[in-house]
Amino acid sequence: MHKYILKRLLALIPVMLGVSLIIFTMMYFTPGDPAAMMLGESAPPEQREALREELGLNDPFWIQYGNWLRGIVLEGDIGTSYTTRRDVADEIMDRFPATLQLAVSGVVVAVVLGVPIGIISATRQYSIFDNVSMFVALLGVSMPNFWMAMLLILLFAVNLQWLPSSGLNHGFRSLILPAITLGTGAAAIIARMTRSSMLEVIRQDYIRTARAKGQVESKVTNVHALKNALIPIITVIGLQFGGLLGGAVLTETVFSIPGVGRLMVESIGQRNFPVVQGGVLFIAITFSLVNLLVDILYAFVDPRIKSQYK
Amino acid sequence: MSAEKLLEIKDLCIHYITEDGTVKAVDGMNLEVGKGETLGLVGETGAGKTTTALGIMNLIPAPPGKILQGEVIFEGEDLLKKKAADIRKIRGNKISMIFQDPMTALNPVMTVGEQIMEVVQLHKKVSKAEAIKHTQDMLELVGIPGARWVDYPHQFSGGMKQRVVIAMALACDPTLLIADEPTTALDVTIQAQVLDLMKRLKDELNTSMIMITHDLGIVAEVCDKVAIMYAGNVVEYTNKENLYRTPRHPYTVGLFNSIPSPDSDEDRLKPIEGLMPDPTNLPSGCPFHPRCPNATEKCARVIPTPIEVTPGHFVKCLEYAPGGLH
Ligand SMILES: Nc1ncnc2c1ncn2[C@@H]1O[C@H](COP(=O)(O)OP(=O)(O)OP(=O)(O)O)[C@@H](O)[C@H]1O
Ligand SMILES: [Mg+2]
Repeated sequence: MHKYILKRLLALIPVMLGVSLIIFTMMYFTPGDPAAMMLGESAPPEQREALREELGLNDPFWIQYGNWLRGIVLEGDIGTSYTTRRDVADEIMDRFPATLQLAVSGVVVAVVLGVPIGIISATRQYSIFDNVSMFVALLGVSMPNFWMAMLLILLFAVNLQWLPSSGLNHGFRSLILPAITLGTGAAAIIARMTRSSMLEVIRQDYIRTARAKGQVESKVTNVHALKNALIPIITVIGLQFGGLLGGAVLTETVFSIPGVGRLMVESIGQRNFPVVQGGVLFIAITFSLVNLLVDILYAFVDPRIKSQYK
Repeated sequence: MSAEKLLEIKDLCIHYITEDGTVKAVDGMNLEVGKGETLGLVGETGAGKTTTALGIMNLIPAPPGKILQGEVIFEGEDLLKKKAADIRKIRGNKISMIFQDPMTALNPVMTVGEQIMEVVQLHKKVSKAEAIKHTQDMLELVGIPGARWVDYPHQFSGGMKQRVVIAMALACDPTLLIADEPTTALDVTIQAQVLDLMKRLKDELNTSMIMITHDLGIVAEVCDKVAIMYAGNVVEYTNKENLYRTPRHPYTVGLFNSIPSPDSDEDRLKPIEGLMPDPTNLPSGCPFHPRCPNATEKCARVIPTPIEVTPGHFVKCLEYAPGGLH
């Protein structure tokens, strides 16, 4: 198992190289001049040119990429923000706690709603509960997040005034609406996956065996069946969580939460290349780590997979 | 057929209602199993043997399955009328079942020990330590080292899985054991061991059994009486001696003729001609008539009812009915 984890971590290196090369190339060819953004359109051309020279923006592509890579490998330095002149790593880490809180609370809402709904739907296939909840889930998947967010704000913040409408300064209470916004969409996806996975499993012979032993129906479903149905469920939960850790731009914007998503969008607008590059790299790493975590979880759920991890 | 009655199946009809049509998997079945008796249930694939077994345990998957009518009287009470909570106390405890396919009958994400312990803890008032001890004893009983109780099904061979399933079914000393082709996945030596084990249970614990098989050799070895099934019907039902000495139904006769025996030469082997009929579209009259060497025009018209040809020997064939085949 340890060896497996180590192997997977090493495999991250080429992935990260690939990701960084792609994002670097995209940024290189993005129209717009960072120097002009920083100094303003009215700044004299000489001044702009000097800044471009200083930032290394006049170097050929491979020199720029090489310099950036060398900084990371030799000095652990991802770069310096053009706008704030601060370390990119610090910029990201300032924003990450907000994103992490959002992601965790969103996923908790999604799992708490999605998994039970999926299980009940599967055990009562074609019942009214099943039909209604799968219809609502379809709505949940297709409803835009920002619209959901605005409805929630209108109802709970503006009209009822129960909950704050923006920021994260009210502790747990300020997380409730954003978490519901993010969680409902993910819950819909998780519920649908749980349902189909459970439907597959409850047809299996070993479920009949469990019933033939005289086991009660709740244990048959929640122990015998669920544990076998878990792999695809964990997979979608992992994907949702990994996605949320990369920042939820629309939700962060509507609720004015300073997260990684907004940082990225602002930086792209400002042609703040180092922050964008560092941010993408960071997002790719968190996503890969969540994936690795999911794969490790597989081993705890399914002994057959565990015996394959070497 | 003198033993005290343990199980009585009366007029049982089980259908599977699917989009492609209705399968009459069990059609008007009447059987009895006495205390300590072993009933063999014999028939080709699709005859309705497993469905009968599931019907007894009230485990027919619904939908598509449906028990249309009939009674399954066990120790004087109709299992089909029992409340869910009451039937659960019987399943795995007084009536237990060895499932046909050991590869899929075990839960892949639980250790075999957990799976055996589960049934022990459900029905016996024992501590966890006692349950573990009992689980290990059961494994030893079927020839698997007790220490392997912590292993998962994928770590066992097919034959060992079959024995785990057997251990699980025996864990609570059932009064009635339903064994659905318990030896098909096993090689000949293990097969003999398993059959010995079952015979021992029968002798020592007076366990009643329903032995589902398509192997008439096994029937000869362990059964007291036999029901021959064809397309959901019990076509012949009698004790073993009668069946082997004077098989009456043309299908039974066909089954015996299709067994290779050492003292007959190969080319005298006569498999029953034709194929099992489409289960959703059974032939009119006697379902066996298209394959029956003796069939007449009447067989396609009239549905035969069971006739007691000699005391305790029931045959569902018009040949023995009043009026005969014509
Ligand atoms: N869940 C189901 N849905 C629809 N039809 C079914 C179902 N289970 C069984 N059947 C049908 O019912 C009939 C009897 O099936 P059953 O499994 O009882 O046969 P069997 O005698 O046990 O055969 P085998 O020797 O192959 O185990 C078959 O025609 C089968 O196709
Ligand atoms: Mg069967």
